[in-house]
Amino acid sequence: MKRLLMLSLLALALMALAQETGYQVGQVVTDFTLKNTDQQTVSLAGYPQAKGYIVIFGCNTCPVSRGYENRMVALQDKFAARGYPVIMINPNDPEAQPGESFEDMQQHAQKSKLNFPYLEDPGQVITRRFGALRTPHVFVLQKTPKGNVVAYIGAIDNDPDNGNNSKINYVQNAVTALLAGQQPEVTFTKAVGCGVKSRRS
Amino acid sequence: MPVKPVLYIILLHAFLLPASAQQVRLVTLDELERRFTAGGDTTYVINFWATWCGPCVDELPHFEKFRQTFKDEPVRVLLVSLDARSKLRGQVLPFVKKARLQNEVILLNETDQQQYIDRISPEWSGSLPATLFVNKGKQLRRLQEREFTYDQLVATFRSLK
Repeated sequence: MKRLLMLSLLALALMALAQETGYQVGQVVTDFTLKNTDQQTVSLAGYPQAKGYIVIFGCNTCPVSRGYENRMVALQDKFAARGYPVIMINPNDPEAQPGESFEDMQQHAQKSKLNFPYLEDPGQVITRRFGALRTPHVFVLQKTPKGNVVAYIGAIDNDPDNGNNSKINYVQNAVTALLAGQQPEVTFTKAVGCGVKSRRS
Repeated sequence: MPVKPVLYIILLHAFLLPASAQQVRLVTLDELERRFTAGGDTTYVINFWATWCGPCVDELPHFEKFRQTFKDEPVRVLLVSLDARSKLRGQVLPFVKKARLQNEVILLNETDQQQYIDRISPEWSGSLPATLFVNKGKQLRRLQEREFTYDQLVATFRSLK
């Protein structure tokens, strides 16, 4: 019985730990500098006009992520000029997942006509800092006097197959609310996606 | 009727039966939960996968081997596909046949991810592959959001108490 209690406590502690890794809604994000497929570096501070950011963890090989790319391009078209540019980061370790090398990313960005930066994350440092677990995994950030604050974490919408006309566009709704000076109604969603690939420990 | 053709037919059926017996049923979460409850002291190992998920497909043979190894213990493996319902006939069934999966395969008959991910486990972010271990008798429910090697799968199963 005592052992069971200890184990339960341990499990609870581990769960708390797991939930604390990565950013939560309301937290301030530390800036990053990562290399884009055009060899230029990109950081949040490099967008002085931005009111916020749509940071998407996405990749070359995940069908769910690829299935959302047209919608990512549409988000960039819709919101970059209004102050919310899309920035995509590849969270997968190319050693653990074939097809995710920098060269693969360059080819993919071209082929998919991505109209936003697509950044590599060597060592998955930024991926872990954000707590990105799957692709696609979106973090909407709002630029505030105290820094870039996480306003929404989750899915782009609730329609991975892109066939539902009454879908809920979570990211679009969040950014629209932020642009109107309000907080998003929905700040966190879950979605089925491809697990981020890390090297086996 | 001559004996020989009859024998052939019997033999043919013996070979065909395991393959043709494999079906993929649509099952809701409520139905799954009722099964866990009815299972009492059986440990259910529920692997969530999809035909589009490469690491999931790589991992499936481990669950097949696991089934063989533990076939005399009160353990039941369920391979729960999260493919879209529209892919059942065109993709999931052909895949299951081609891979000759012996474990029971189910296609989750739920559409609202915001609901079902949390209902499966609040610990789960939704990334695939993921495996849930349930034993109602022991009040055990643990989700592992990771890709297993066979040894890791066995070690995780052994560590459940």
